[in-house]
Amino acid sequence: MLSASHIRKTFDGAEVLRDVSLSVKEGEVVAIIGRSGSGKSTLLRCINHLEKIDSGEITIGKDTLVSSVDGKAVYAPQDRLRALCLKMGFVFQSYNLFPHWTVLDNLCIPQTAVLHRSRREAEKKALALLSRVGLGDRGSAYPCQLSGGQQQRVAIARALALDPEILCFDEPTSALDPELTREVLTVIRDLAKEKHTMLIVTHEMKFAREVADRIVFMHEGVIAAQGTPDEIMKGGNEQLLAFMGDLDQ
Amino acid sequence: MQYLNDPERLMKLLTQLTHGFGTTLSIFAMTLIISLPLGMIVALGRMSRHKLISAPVSFYILIMRGTPLMLQLFAVYFFLPRLIGPIPRLNAVYIAFGLNYAAYFAEIYRGGIMSIPPGQYEAAQVLGFTRSQTFMRIILPQTVKRVLLPVSNEVITLVKDTSLATAIAVSEMFLTAKNMTSSSGSVEPLFIAGVFYLLMNAVVTAFFNFLTNRFNYYHD
Ligand SMILES: Nc1ncnc2c1ncn2[C@@H]1O[C@H](COP(=O)(O)OP(=O)(O)O)[C@@H](O)[C@H]1O
Ligand SMILES: [Mg+2]
Repeated sequence: MLSASHIRKTFDGAEVLRDVSLSVKEGEVVAIIGRSGSGKSTLLRCINHLEKIDSGEITIGKDTLVSSVDGKAVYAPQDRLRALCLKMGFVFQSYNLFPHWTVLDNLCIPQTAVLHRSRREAEKKALALLSRVGLGDRGSAYPCQLSGGQQQRVAIARALALDPEILCFDEPTSALDPELTREVLTVIRDLAKEKHTMLIVTHEMKFAREVADRIVFMHEGVIAAQGTPDEIMKGGNEQLLAFMGDLDQ
Repeated sequence: MQYLNDPERLMKLLTQLTHGFGTTLSIFAMTLIISLPLGMIVALGRMSRHKLISAPVSFYILIMRGTPLMLQLFAVYFFLPRLIGPIPRLNAVYIAFGLNYAAYFAEIYRGGIMSIPPGQYEAAQVLGFTRSQTFMRIILPQTVKRVLLPVSNEVITLVKDTSLATAIAVSEMFLTAKNMTSSSGSVEPLFIAGVFYLLMNAVVTAFFNFLTNRFNYYHD
């Protein structure tokens, strides 16, 4: 479904991703864990074309987003890029809802403006998604009137409204206190039960073990270990053990 | 007291000032009609990634903000006719004021656009909005709210700046009042003109307060 191979990315000469390869199968939930600064967000952002890679290859289904010629990244043309990226949804740490639109418009306008759905159809879908994330009655509110947890649930519904094949999350709960974290994680857990393909960067270790089919551990720009939650917990990777040790404290 | 205690002369003064005020209003309105949209084009040019566009636009803004409006008015009035033939005085005022205020509005718009968090662009991108959709539907509407206050400052300044048209003998309200003061030796016409400007700015202020309230339905 999604495959990223030999991704390299530098910021002003500093190597942030060093030959990272990752693939996600249909229906699979992959959690990415690792210390702050290990390159988790950068990897997710590169996959979603929010950052440009230096070299490597990314394909979604059968389509190539970017490939490399002579060690230099070559991207698909602008229109194809847009269409390809639409196969992925992205949920940000800081929600990034559009503050000047109501919750309902945040869910409907992308559908009408980008997918050219009718307003009626868009609203039907939006209302169904809102009740699914437990906010069926907040359609007419503005984002500033919602709690962080509610805003993040709207952001998830907004991403789902475009029917992405893969949903990506970049630390969706790290701006939230424990109570609000729980309500957001419940929504993601339900999506996992429905076999949505998901790629989740998270620091919630317990949650990762519970929902992920596979856990990927990143360390200093490389994937240092990966496997099923059980394999990861048993595995002997030194950095991973140190990371888990720090988490337990 | 030559006017304020003589109803007949006062009426004559008010009639003439009102007549001049019509010209003042048309300078005010035409300047805004030209400069409010032109400022957006200038702002976009200033933010262009192509040096060939952004460099000349920066220079234009530097000249417009860095030299006196009155000097620019003279320049338009005396030099433009050499290029395109004679133009009415009032048109020279519209052009000079329009070009000058566009530069100020451009910098205000630019500040507003740059203050929109990058996350808004990123969210728009991952949702598949095109660049022009992103600008028109997401960035611009939020920018309007953010620039309302600085724009209102400029508009209030413009009300008073219209009196600079006196420099090329356009008979707007200030010149009318000044001439009546010269001929009568009384400062009352100038004083009353001042009251006109004040009232006009009270209306402008009320209008912007209304707009600000209209945009209070959300905050970010
Ligand atoms: N836009 C950027 N410019 C420069 N350096 C960046 C940028 N984004 C991330 N980095 C650097 O790349 C490294 C990896 O960052 P990131 O992917 O955000 O890590 P993580 O999400 O795992 O905490 C860090 O050292 C960070 O400072
Ligand atoms: Mg991160």
